[in-house]
Amino acid sequence: MDVVVCVKQIPDPADPGELNPDTKTLKRDTKLILDESDSYGVEMALQLVDAAGSGEVRLVSMTPGGETGGLRTALAMGAESAILVSDEALAGSDALSTAKVLAAAIKRSNPDLILTATESSDGYTGTVPEQIAELLDLPSVTFGKEVAVDGELATVKRQTESGYDVVECPLPAVISVTAGVVEPRYPSFKGIMAAKNKPVEELDLSALGIDPQTVGWAGARQEITEIADSPAREAGEVVVDEGEAHERIMAFLDDLKVL
Amino acid sequence: MTEYKPPLNDIRLVLNEISDISRLCDLPGYEHVDVETIDGVLEELGRFAAEVVSPVNKIGDQEGCSVSDGVVTMPKEFGEAWDHFVDSGWGAISQDPDYGGGGFPLAIHTVLTELLATASRAWSMGPMLTAGAIDCLHTFSDESQKEVFLPKLVAGEWSGTMNLTEPQAGSDVGALTTKAVPQDDGTYRIFGTKIFITFGEHELVENIIQLVLARTPDSPPGTKGISCFIVPKYLVQDDGSLGERNDYRCLSLEHKLGLHASPTCVISYGENGDGAVGYLIGEEHQGMRYMFKMMNNARLGVGVEGLAVAERALQQASSFALDRRQGKAVGAEAGEQSLIIEHPDVRRMLLTMRAYTDAMRCILYANAATLDLAKSHPESEERQLASDRAELLTPISKAWCTDLGVEMTSLGIQVHGGYGYIEETGAAQHLRDSRISPIYEGTNGIQAIDLVGRKLRMNEGKVIRDLLDEINDFTESLNQHGEEFATIRSNLADSLQAVEEATAWLTEKGTEDPIQAISGATPYLRMLGQLVGGWFLARLAIGAKNNENIGDPDFRNSKMTVAKFYAEQLLPLTRAQLGAVTAGSSDLFAVPEELFSI
Ligand SMILES: Cc1cc2nc3c(=O)[nH]c(=O)nc-3n(C[C@H](O)[C@H](O)[C@H](O)COP(=O)(O)OP(=O)(O)OC[C@H]3O[C@@H](n4cnc5c(N)ncnc54)[C@H](O)[C@@H]3O)c2cc1C
Ligand SMILES: Cc1cc2nc3c(=O)[nH]c(=O)nc-3n(C[C@H](O)[C@H](O)[C@H](O)COP(=O)(O)OP(=O)(O)OC[C@H]3O[C@@H](n4cnc5c(N)ncnc54)[C@H](O)[C@@H]3O)c2cc1C
Repeated sequence: MDVVVCVKQIPDPADPGELNPDTKTLKRDTKLILDESDSYGVEMALQLVDAAGSGEVRLVSMTPGGETGGLRTALAMGAESAILVSDEALAGSDALSTAKVLAAAIKRSNPDLILTATESSDGYTGTVPEQIAELLDLPSVTFGKEVAVDGELATVKRQTESGYDVVECPLPAVISVTAGVVEPRYPSFKGIMAAKNKPVEELDLSALGIDPQTVGWAGARQEITEIADSPAREAGEVVVDEGEAHERIMAFLDDLKVL
Repeated sequence: MTEYKPPLNDIRLVLNEISDISRLCDLPGYEHVDVETIDGVLEELGRFAAEVVSPVNKIGDQEGCSVSDGVVTMPKEFGEAWDHFVDSGWGAISQDPDYGGGGFPLAIHTVLTELLATASRAWSMGPMLTAGAIDCLHTFSDESQKEVFLPKLVAGEWSGTMNLTEPQAGSDVGALTTKAVPQDDGTYRIFGTKIFITFGEHELVENIIQLVLARTPDSPPGTKGISCFIVPKYLVQDDGSLGERNDYRCLSLEHKLGLHASPTCVISYGENGDGAVGYLIGEEHQGMRYMFKMMNNARLGVGVEGLAVAERALQQASSFALDRRQGKAVGAEAGEQSLIIEHPDVRRMLLTMRAYTDAMRCILYANAATLDLAKSHPESEERQLASDRAELLTPISKAWCTDLGVEMTSLGIQVHGGYGYIEETGAAQHLRDSRISPIYEGTNGIQAIDLVGRKLRMNEGKVIRDLLDEINDFTESLNQHGEEFATIRSNLADSLQAVEEATAWLTEKGTEDPIQAISGATPYLRMLGQLVGGWFLARLAIGAKNNENIGDPDFRNSKMTVAKFYAEQLLPLTRAQLGAVTAGSSDLFAVPEELFSI
C-alpha cells in the first residue's frame, strides 16, 4: 500500500519570526521545520505501510525557497521520497491554491491513501485536506484518530466532541488525522544518514501543468484585511479557598461553557 | 527541576573553532561526514537527550536501584529510555562501520557523551561503559571475538563493563588477585570478587559483557602479570543465540552519595565452584598495557562528565535566578522585590559558571580532535604530534574539568540560596552526581602525578614546550585584534609566565628529587588547566565574530564578554598556584603522622 502524506514545513514555533506588514503574511526567512501536526500523519502512514507488509510512504510539500529541512526529518523517520513544490508565483497562495498544487503533485503517483493533519500549526485554516479531496474527486474523512486499512476499505475512528464515530470509506481517500493520536518515532541515527540519499523531487508550476494566474497573489480568493497584536494576557482571578472555592470554580467554568 | 535545553550553538561553535571539525571531516575514513550532516545529527541527538533521557534523571535519583537474589531492579523509565536508545542507534555514531557503527569522528562521540551525561548522569553511565568496552574489544580482541560481541554492543542491545577494582586494588590496580585458570579448550575460568562495578548487573539488556582483569597462574607480580578477559553474562552459542548463564553473581549494590540509579555492584565470579567462563583478549599479561591504550578515551569521557554537570547546574541556576525575587537591587524602583539575577553577586556566580563551562567544553573538544588526528591523519608525523598533544591534554581534561564540575554544581546551589539545599529543586542532585568523577578512572591526584611525572617529560619536555609556545604565539598575535583584547593579552602573558616558571622548577626538581615535584602536582595541573582554558576562550571569542551563521548576535557577543571576564577575573588564579607548586614537600611532611591520629 502506498501512502502520500502532505507535510507542511513551517518556521520553528520556538523561533517564529515576524509578520511582513506589507503583505500581512509571515516572513519565511528563518529555517523551516516539519510541522509537528504532520509528524502524526507520517507516523501513521509508516505504521499502515508496515501493517500492510508492502508499499511505501511518500511526502508532498509546497514550500517557498526550496527548503527541505522538514522533509529530511520525515524522510529520516522512514518515508521513502518526497515531492517539493516551489515557485515564485506561489507567493501569496491561499488555502485553495495550496490544495490545487498539492492535488496536482499527489496525482503524479497513484497512492492508495492520502494523509494530512486536520490543521497546520501556523495557518490552521483546517481547509486544505477537504479541498484536496474535492479536487481529486476522492472521499474525505476528517479528524481521524485511528485508521485501519483492509484491502480497498479504510475504517476510521473520527474524533467527535463526545467520543468518536466509526466510519468506513473506499480507498483511495483523503484522511486528515488529529494531533497526538500516535507517538511519532524519533528519527534514528541510521534514518538520518539514509535520508541524505533519499530522492526529493523539486517541481515548479510548469512541471505540474498549473497556470500561474490561478494561484499565488494572482489567483488568491482569500484576502488578509488586517493584522493586529494579540491582546495582552489579562490578570487571572485569584480564588482564595475558604472552604467553598470549588463551588466558585465550578460556577466560573460553567460560565465559560466548558463544563 | 528545569528541563534540559541542549546547548547546540555552544557545541557548534566549539566544534568549528576549537576542534576544527571541517578539517576532521576531511580525514581519511570520514568521507561520508560533512559539517551539514553533523548539524542535522546534532539537532536530533539533542532532541533525544532532552526529550527521552532528561526526564529520567530525577526519577533515578529518587527511586535508585536495588538487588534481590542477584537481580538488579532500576526505575522502569530507565529501561524505556534504553529501548529508545537502541531504536535510535545513537550509541553507534562514532563506532566502526564494519560492526554497524556510523563512523563519525570521535569529536562527535564527545558530543554524544556530553548530551547524554547532561541529560542524566546516572543513566548515561550505561552507554559510557559500553563505549569503553567496545573500544577495548575493537582495539585488542581477535576477529572472531569482534564478530560475536561488537555488533550487539554497538547497537546497544548488549551493554559492557570494566572490572578492575577489588578491595585491596583501587588506584593500585596491580594489586588485584582475581584468578584466571586456563582450560584445555583455550578458554579460562575466572574466580574472585570485584567491587564498584558500574552497570555490572541489570535487566535493561539481554546480555552484559564484563571485561575482567585477572591473573593467570604463575603470572609476574604487579601490573606486569594482569590479563584481560571477556566474561559474558550469558554464554553466546555458535549460532549467536544466548545459552547458559555464566557463573557469577551480583552480591550487593553500594549506597552512594549520587548516581543513585547507576548500579555499583559487588560481583563474585566462580560462586558455584566451576569458575566463570572467560575468553582472553589479545595475549596474557598484556592487560595493563591495553588499559593504558584505552585510557585516553576513557579519561576524556569522564572529563566530559565534569562539563555535563556544570552545564546542567548552570541551566538550572540561570532559570532560577530569572524567577526568584529577593531584596532590592541597587537602582531598582522601590516597592517590588528584584529578581536575584539583578544582584551583582548572583551575576558573578552565573558568569563564573558560564566561563568555566565554556572553557571546559573547549579543552575537552580540543582533546577529542587530537585523538581523531592521532588516529586518522594521513601523515605519521602529524599523527605523532596529535597523539603527544592528546597525552598532555588528557589529565587536564579529566582532572581540571571534574574538579570544576564539583565546584560549579556547588555554586549552582549557592545561586538558589536555601532552595538549593532542599532536594525539591534538583540543584543538589547535580552536586551529588558530580562528586564521583574526580575519583574514578584514576583519581585526580593520580592525574596530576601523571601530568608532572610522565607528560612533562615526554620527548624531553618538547610536548609541553610546544603547547606553551603555541599559547605564546597566540598571545602575541592578539595585538592584531585591537584594544578589546588588551587585558586578555596581558593576563594571558602573565599567566603563561607563571606556568613557565612552574614548569621549569618541576622539570629540574623532577630529575633531582621526584617527591618535590610530585608534591606540587595538583596545583600545577590546576594552573595549567586555568591557562589553557583562558587561551581557548580567547580563541572562541575571535571565532564567534567570524561565525555569523551560529546563534544570534547576543550569543556571539557574549563569547567576548566571557573571554574577557575569564581573563580578568579567573585567569589570575593561575599565578596564585605558583607558590604551592614550588613549595615542595617539606611542609607536607613536617607534621608527624601521629598528629593526624585522633
Ligand atoms: C496570504 C497568504 C500568503 C501565502 N504565501 C505563501 C507562499 O509565499 N508560499 C507558500 O508555499 N505558501 C504560501 N501560503 C500558503 C500557506 O502557507 C498555507 O499552505 C495554505 O494557506 C494552507 O493553509 P493552512 O496552513 O491553514 O492549512 P490547513 O488546512 O490548516 O492544513 C491542513 C493540512 O494540510 C496540509 N497542508 C497544508 N498546507 C500545506 C503545504 N503548504 N504543503 C504540504 N501540506 C500542506 C498539511 O497536512 C496540513 O496539516 C500563503 C497563504 C496565504 C493565505
Ligand atoms: C560510583 C563508583 C563507580 C565505579 N565504577 C567502577 C567500574 O565500573 N569499574 C572499576 O573497575 N572500578 C570502578 N570504581 C572504582 C574506582 O575506580 C576506584 O574507587 C578508584 O580507582 C580509587 O580507588 P580506591 O577507591 O581504592 O581509592 P584509593 O586508591 O585507596 O585512594 C584513596 C586516596 O589515596 C590517593 N592515592 C592512592 N594511591 C596513590 C598514589 N600512588 N599516589 C598518590 N595518591 C594516591 C587517591 O588519590 C585517593 O585520594 C568505581 C567507584 C565508584 C565509587
